[in-house]
Amino acid sequence: MSHDHTHDHDHDHDDAHPYQPDIEDFPFSERMVMTQAVAELIIEKGICSADELRAQIELMDSREPGLGAKLVAKTWVDPDYKARVLEDVAAAAAEIGIDIGEIPIKAIENTDDVHNVVVCTLCSCYPRMLIGLPPDWYKSRAYRSRTVKEPRKVLEEFGTHIADDVEVRVHDSTADLRYIVLPARPKGTEGWDEAKLAELITRDSMVGVTPAKSPEDI
Amino acid sequence: MTIRRHHDMGGLDAGSVDASEHDYAMWEKRVDAIVKVLSTPERKLLSTDELRRGIEELGPGVYDELSYYERWISSATNILLEKGTITVDELATKMAEVEARWTKDRESAS
Amino acid sequence: MDEGPGERILSAGRYHPGDRVRVREAFPPGHVRTPYFVRGCAGEVQECAGAYPNPEELAYGRDGKPDIPLYRVSFLQSEVWHGYDGPGADTIVIDIYEHWLEPAQ
Repeated sequence: MSHDHTHDHDHDHDDAHPYQPDIEDFPFSERMVMTQAVAELIIEKGICSADELRAQIELMDSREPGLGAKLVAKTWVDPDYKARVLEDVAAAAAEIGIDIGEIPIKAIENTDDVHNVVVCTLCSCYPRMLIGLPPDWYKSRAYRSRTVKEPRKVLEEFGTHIADDVEVRVHDSTADLRYIVLPARPKGTEGWDEAKLAELITRDSMVGVTPAKSPEDI
Repeated sequence: MTIRRHHDMGGLDAGSVDASEHDYAMWEKRVDAIVKVLSTPERKLLSTDELRRGIEELGPGVYDELSYYERWISSATNILLEKGTITVDELATKMAEVEARWTKDRESAS
Repeated sequence: MDEGPGERILSAGRYHPGDRVRVREAFPPGHVRTPYFVRGCAGEVQECAGAYPNPEELAYGRDGKPDIPLYRVSFLQSEVWHGYDGPGADTIVIDIYEHWLEPAQ
């Protein structure tokens, strides 16, 4: 959908204030206006360029759970790679062409004895550079407040039952470290290649609220 | 004597987790990008820690009423004002300009 | 030579894997990254996860130097929550800065 703009600005329309189709569909809020105002001011002041903001948006758009799934799938087929992931996620991710940036990410492995689940009670820290932006529920009051004290109940709400003889280990990302769960490899996947294995590895399994999918699920 | 700050919610009671999700709106992605760009080592106009502190200082009512990225932009803007990166007057002028422009865009599109 | 953030510090910090530690029972206002629910609890150090600038200082625009060792500390859920509804082996691991920890008996 296009429409005419009659601005008396002398800069390129697409530059500091690109057309925002989303605002036509619902009323714009104070904070949407504030966002646009701050963006335009920092560009006008030469603090950054419109291109840089755009590139940052594109960077985050390019980060999605498939990247983490690729890394996890490789740990399932290659025990040495898994050891390197457990030691240093940044270096191991770089080996397969993923640059996770400056914020450290630690991998924690689900085993027969331990099921891990990650939360950030104080804000919403999340391994964004490896699995993309977090879902709303991860940032919700209910998840942040209850996962630390009743993790098994929260997991049940996601359809996940952990046996009593398996330890549920909650990780509260309170400092600079972000966490990614390495879900356990499901049974019945012998001989599968990495790409096929990656289809079983969901975002939720890398947060720890579910296991990886089973072959029957796909 | 203990103070529990409003954002420090681990262990409080709450209802069930609502697993529904929304696609991020463009303006939300723009907030994320603004914060990241301002936080680069070359600029250091805003840090993640300052952003968090600013969110925590929004206070209980506002914290709960605003959405996630509304909290982010509120905090980031306050920090920028504190530091003089932008001024209240500049922001007032620009926000009025944006609102007028968008109102006009919406009217001419309908 | 400056160690970068995230460098493992095996011996430079005060605590080591296996040490019993207790979280300070302090409740200041201001930007704190030690959650309320774990203050006063005793747990076991799993590892030192490197040293980082102090977030409590960074939050106010200061540089947070010198870096403070960060520990991954494991707590039994049954010792954190009164009436924890789950097996006794369940734990919670929290990343805590050295100045929020004291030795525990």
